[in-house]
Amino acid sequence: MKQDITAPPAFVGQSAAVAATKAPAKPAAPKVFGIDQRYVAPIFITLILLVGHISAGILESPIKTLSAIASAMVVEIVLHWLHNRKFPFLASAYITGISVGILIRSPALWPYIVCSAIAITSKYAIRVNGKHIWNPSNFAIAMMLFLASYTVASLSIQWSNSVYALMVIWIAGGIIIARLKRLHITLTYVASFLVFALFRTAIAPHANGFLHTFGSEVAPITGPMYQLFIFFMITDPPTTVKGHRAQMLVAFLIALVECGLRLTGSFFAIHAPYYALFTVGPIANLVQMAWAARRKRAPVAAPATA
Amino acid sequence: MKPSQPPPPLWVRIFTLALLAALLATPAVMRRFSPDTASAASSSAPAALARYGFVLTESARESGIDFVHQAPNLDSRLAPIMPEVASMGAAVSIVDFDRDGWDDLYVTNSGEGSKNHLYRNLGNGKFEDVAEKLGIADVNKPGTGVSMGAIWGDFDNDGYEDLFLYKWGRPLLYHNDGGKGFTLVKDAGLPAWVNANSAVWLDYDRDGKLDLLLNGYYDEKLDLWHIPNTRIMPDSFEYATNGGRKYLFHNLGRGRFEDVTAKVGLNSHRWALAAGAADLRGTGYPDIFIANDYGVSEIFANDRGKSFHEIAKQTGVGAAPKSGMNVAFGDVMNQGRFAVYVSNISKEGVLIQGNNLWIPRAGTSGDNLAFDNLAHDMGVEVGGWSFGAQFGDLNNDGTLDLFLTNGYVSLSRDADYWYDFSKVAVGNSSIISDASNWPPVAGRSHSGYEHKRVWINDGAGRFADVAQAVGVTDTHDGRSVATADFENRGALDVVVANQKGPLLLYKNSVNPANHWIEFELEGTKSNRSAIGAEVRCYWSGQQQLQQVSGASGFCAQNSRRLHFGLGKGARIEKVVIRWPSGREQKLESPQLDRLNKVKEPS
Repeated sequence: MKQDITAPPAFVGQSAAVAATKAPAKPAAPKVFGIDQRYVAPIFITLILLVGHISAGILESPIKTLSAIASAMVVEIVLHWLHNRKFPFLASAYITGISVGILIRSPALWPYIVCSAIAITSKYAIRVNGKHIWNPSNFAIAMMLFLASYTVASLSIQWSNSVYALMVIWIAGGIIIARLKRLHITLTYVASFLVFALFRTAIAPHANGFLHTFGSEVAPITGPMYQLFIFFMITDPPTTVKGHRAQMLVAFLIALVECGLRLTGSFFAIHAPYYALFTVGPIANLVQMAWAARRKRAPVAAPATA
Repeated sequence: MKPSQPPPPLWVRIFTLALLAALLATPAVMRRFSPDTASAASSSAPAALARYGFVLTESARESGIDFVHQAPNLDSRLAPIMPEVASMGAAVSIVDFDRDGWDDLYVTNSGEGSKNHLYRNLGNGKFEDVAEKLGIADVNKPGTGVSMGAIWGDFDNDGYEDLFLYKWGRPLLYHNDGGKGFTLVKDAGLPAWVNANSAVWLDYDRDGKLDLLLNGYYDEKLDLWHIPNTRIMPDSFEYATNGGRKYLFHNLGRGRFEDVTAKVGLNSHRWALAAGAADLRGTGYPDIFIANDYGVSEIFANDRGKSFHEIAKQTGVGAAPKSGMNVAFGDVMNQGRFAVYVSNISKEGVLIQGNNLWIPRAGTSGDNLAFDNLAHDMGVEVGGWSFGAQFGDLNNDGTLDLFLTNGYVSLSRDADYWYDFSKVAVGNSSIISDASNWPPVAGRSHSGYEHKRVWINDGAGRFADVAQAVGVTDTHDGRSVATADFENRGALDVVVANQKGPLLLYKNSVNPANHWIEFELEGTKSNRSAIGAEVRCYWSGQQQLQQVSGASGFCAQNSRRLHFGLGKGARIEKVVIRWPSGREQKLESPQLDRLNKVKEPS
C-alpha cells in the first residue's frame, strides 16, 4: 500500500516523534511526557539548538539557520499544496530546516536555502511505491557535500569544550528516543560504531599505544554531528525499514559501510556517516519493498501449484 | 496513497522533478559565478603588466638571499605529529636598522641552534646578511627556545629601531646601538619563558614611549622540549581557553618594562596567533585586535590608556569561532576607516571557515562600533589554509590590494592527513587536548602545496585573484608576509617567509603611468618610530587612511614607510597626519612620486 504523502507530518525524515504522527485530524495523538507526540521532536531539536548556541554559540549566523527553516517551510507548503491541495503540517519541514541549519557549514547563505529546498523536494520527487526511500535531510546534505564541496562542509566542531552540554544531549536524546520506541536503532548503531572503531584501531599502527589510537577512532561520535545523526536521522521512521530486527540490521550495516568509508581515508571518509546512510538507507528500503511484494505474491501463487 | 487520494497531475510530478534537478544544478551554477574561484590564469609578464598594472618576480637568490627556514624538534613524545605542532616560526619583519634610507629585512629561524638573518639592503638590488656580525643571529641556542617572530620599534627614542624577538622560549629585547650592533637588554622586566606567536609595539597610553604587547600561544608553563605529559593541545577546536596568557608591558623608560596586563584587564588564555593595534573606534587611542586559533577573535577596546575592555562579540567579530591566523588593517574601501583581515582555514569538502574581512559598519564608532564580514561579497574569503596576509597597493592604482600566503604541511603529494585531523578535531576536550590521541602524520600532507592569492582591488568592492598571472606561483608552506619598497622607486615589493622553505622576495614592477607617494614619519612628542600615526591622503576626490604599524599580518611587520598608490593623473589635495600624541598636522603640498620625510612638529 502506498504511503499517504498527504500525511500531515510530511516526514522530512529526521524525527521519530514526527513520524509517529500520522494525521493531525486524529482525535488523540499519542503523548510523550504529556506533550503531543508531534511536537516532541521539534521541541527537542530546538532545545539542542538553544543549548548548543547558548553554551557554545554554535550558530555562526542565526540568519542562515532561519533561512534554512524558511526555505524548508516554503517549499513544503508549495509542493504539498501542488501534490495534495492541502496545507501541510509543518513540523517536519521545521525539523528539516533546523537540521540543515545546524549540520551544514558554509560562509555563504545560499547553500542553506538550497539544501533545505533539496531535502523537501526530494521527498516529493523521488518515490517508490509512494514511499520516499532516502532520508530527505541526509539526501540533501550528502548532495551538497558532494556537489558544493567548494563552499559547504558539515558540522565538524564540538558544542563546546564542556562535557555537560554533551551529557545533556545524550541523556535527553536517549530518553526521548526510548519513549518513541526507536532506541534500539540508536543503540545498535552506537554499539556497531564502537566495535568498528575497535576494529580500525586493531589494524592501525599504534604510534602512541592502543588506547590513544582508539581514542582518535572514537572521537567523532563525541561530536554534535553524531548526536544529531543518531537521534534524528537514522531513526527516521518513514525512511527506515519496518520491524525491529530489520531496523537493527540496517543500523549495523550503516555502521559497517561507514567503517569501510573511513578505512579509505578518502574524501568520502570525512563525511562517512552521511554517505553510509545515503547508500544503505534506500537499498534497505528497496530490498524490503521487494521482499514484501514477493511475500504478497506468494500466497496467490501457492494454490495454483497445489 | 490513501485509496481516496488521487495521484498528483503529471505536470506537478514533472515540475517537482524539474525543481529537484534545478536545485541540484545550483551548486555548479553558483561556482561558475563565485568571485572566489575566478582566478586569472598564468600569462606572460608583459601581458600581466599591461592588464593588471604590475608583475612580481621572485628574486631572492639574485638578490643575495639564500635563507631556508628550519623547524624545531620538540619533545620526542610529539614526534608522531611533529609537522603539526612544529609548524610555525618562519617570520619576516622590515626595518631600516642603520637609517641609511634603504629598508632591510630580518628573518627568523626555528631549528635548535639555527641562525636568524638580518639582510642589509645594499641599495643596488642586493642584500647581505649582517646578523652574525651585529649579534642578532645566534638566538636559537638549545635550551633557550626558538624564534617565532620579531618586531622593530624605537623603545628608547634614540632614533634607531630596536629589536624584540619573541619565541617559544625566552623573549629577547635588543637595543640597536646606532645601527652598528645590538645589545641584549637585561633586566627589562620580561618573563623568562613565553610560547608566543605574536607581539605588537604600541603606545597604548600615548605617553610617547612604545609599550609592548606579547601574546602566548601554548601555555607559558610549557617547555615544549620537555613537556610534563602530552596533554598540551587545545581543549577544543573552536572554544579553547587553555592557551598562553597575554602580556602588556608598559614602557617605564631606560629599558625597563612593567607588566600591567592584569591592571588594564587583558585577561585571555586563548590561543593567539596574530595581533594588531589601531584606533578602530575613533577615540585617538589604539585598540587591540587579536586573532585566535581554536576560537573567536578578540577586540580589546582602549579606555583612554587606562584599561581595556573586550568588545568583539558586540561588534559582530567575536561570534563565530574559527582558526584566526592574521590581523591586517587596511582602508579597502577608501572611506577613511580600517577594515580588518583575519585569515582562517578553508579546505574543499572538509572545513570551510572562510577568511574574514571585517568592514566597519557606516555610522558606527566608539562603543557602538560594529563590523560586517564582507569577505565573501568582496571575493577574499577562500584562501586555503591561510596564514599571513598584507594590504598594499601593488599596482599603484589608488586602492589597496591583498597578498595572502597559505599552506600548512606539504609532505607527500599522494597522502593526506585531513581525514585523521577531522576525527580528533570534533572530539571531546579529553580527546583533542592530548597529543597522543592525534593520529601520526606519517609523511602525509595537510593542506599542502597550496596556491597563493594576490587579490587586486577594483575599487568598487570586489577583489580578483591574479596570483598566477602576475608571477606568484610558489606552493611553499607560507607563513609570514611583509611589504616594503626595497629599491625606493615607488613600488611595493613582497617578502614571504615559508615554513621549512626558502625566503622569497617578490620584486614588483609597476606600470609607471600610475603615481604614488610615500611618507616616513618621525615622532618627537610621540614615540620616535611614530608607531600608531595615521596618515590620511586626499587626492583626486578620493581619500585613503594608513597607519604606521608596530606589527601586522602573521608574525610580520611591514616597512614603517607608508606607501600610497594614486593612479593616473593624480593630484594631491591634502595630507593629514594624526600623530600618536593626538596632534594633527596638515601637509599642503607633499611631493608626488617621492618619499616625503615628516617630523612631528614640536
